[in-house]
Amino acid sequence: MRITQGTFSYLPDLTDEEISAQVQYALDQGWPLSVEFTDDPHPRNTYWDMWGLPMFDARDAAGVMHEINECRKAYPGRYIRVNAYDASKGRQTTALSFIISRPAEEPGFRLDRQEISDRRIRYTTHAYATERPAGDRYPRP
Amino acid sequence: MPGRPAGPAPGPASGTPAGRTPENMPNGPVADMPPDGTVDLLEARKLSGVDDVLDALDRELVGLAPVKTRIREIAALLLVDAQRARFGLAAARPNLHMCFTGGPGTGKTTVALRMAELLKRLGYSRRGHLVAVTREELVGQYVGHTAPKTKEVLKRAMGGVLFIDEAYYLYRAENERDYGQEAIEILLQVMENQREDLVVILAGYKDRMDTFFQSNPGMSSRIAHHIDFPEYSLDELTSIGDLMLAEAGYRLSPAAEATFRDYLARRRAQPRFSNARSVRNALERARLRHAGRVLAGEPTAVTKDDLMRLEPEDFLLSRVFTEPPG
Repeated sequence: MRITQGTFSYLPDLTDEEISAQVQYALDQGWPLSVEFTDDPHPRNTYWDMWGLPMFDARDAAGVMHEINECRKAYPGRYIRVNAYDASKGRQTTALSFIISRPAEEPGFRLDRQEISDRRIRYTTHAYATERPAGDRYPRP
Repeated sequence: MPGRPAGPAPGPASGTPAGRTPENMPNGPVADMPPDGTVDLLEARKLSGVDDVLDALDRELVGLAPVKTRIREIAALLLVDAQRARFGLAAARPNLHMCFTGGPGTGKTTVALRMAELLKRLGYSRRGHLVAVTREELVGQYVGHTAPKTKEVLKRAMGGVLFIDEAYYLYRAENERDYGQEAIEILLQVMENQREDLVVILAGYKDRMDTFFQSNPGMSSRIAHHIDFPEYSLDELTSIGDLMLAEAGYRLSPAAEATFRDYLARRRAQPRFSNARSVRNALERARLRHAGRVLAGEPTAVTKDDLMRLEPEDFLLSRVFTEPPG
């Protein structure tokens, strides 16, 4: 099951050229970008691992693309996203965030029902990927 | 849902804006001309706005004739290359890495700035910004510190021009475990593989750069343009001073003009003369003395002319006139 998080996630995967154009758009708005990765696809998992520091002084997409490709090389078969922060409001505001890499196979989620007192039901989602230990959740391409 | 950006989706989701991709960077679309068509080079030249930069270079920089000739040649090459691309002729991106050698204060940094602007107008640099660094910003202090540091600088310079001042400090022959070598290797890799993203300009004194290239032949061969900046003549120094004064809103009295020239002639003969930089420093000190003189004179009735005019005594008090030359 393809996970849909962030901007453009209902579109087909962006090509490198399209990613580069989006990155340049963010840079032109004065938004610094950062690259993050994870192998826990749960939708409530908002804190992904940072790939290096946010790039506060990049001017051109080529520099960011370089980091993106380094991250892809180091963590193949994980989710990687790019965030753009809009600091102009005086607080850290994510202006744009989109997934740029995903595992080849995404096993998806199962719905767990837990029966609690008075026959009430609690629902929770369970990512099949998390059944394996962290770092080993997706087959390496 | 947390972590999900609110607000409208910015930018186009697909399709690349024209002029972004490296392939069609040199002015306009690739191979849009039939084999028997003609292009108007003058028109292309006007469109690129390259003449503004070249004229500004001529107007604002005194002397430097060999440098200006070389830059005009490079500009012509890039312009012709862009037109060749329109006919589908082989247009491998030319190697644009440069090395500026010359004494202190001969305008290497200034020319590098203009170069960045020029390359942008010709479509060979996307942002046209200049990142000026020295050894400290590239080379780390301990093992494993250099690579991230150098890469950080390279990332910042992507799409523009990386200007490495006093580049010969990168390599220290006396210490074979110096981290400078690591920075050089990373630089070389990027200079070779990401030519369309980055132009590197090295700068330094001629003799030391020569030694640097001897110990780093790989660096020398990746640099296409070695440009030597000549020392300024006395006349050129005087015109530089005039330009600086005009910019700062000062002028020399006729007597002071002769004194200023005499000052420059003496200063040139002294050690540690650094061309335009020395001229600037001399004028800064003359402004100090001028301010003191105006304040000590008749501070109640000062005209605009008094505030603008530098007199001989503003220069004569300088050490240059008391110390023996040489």
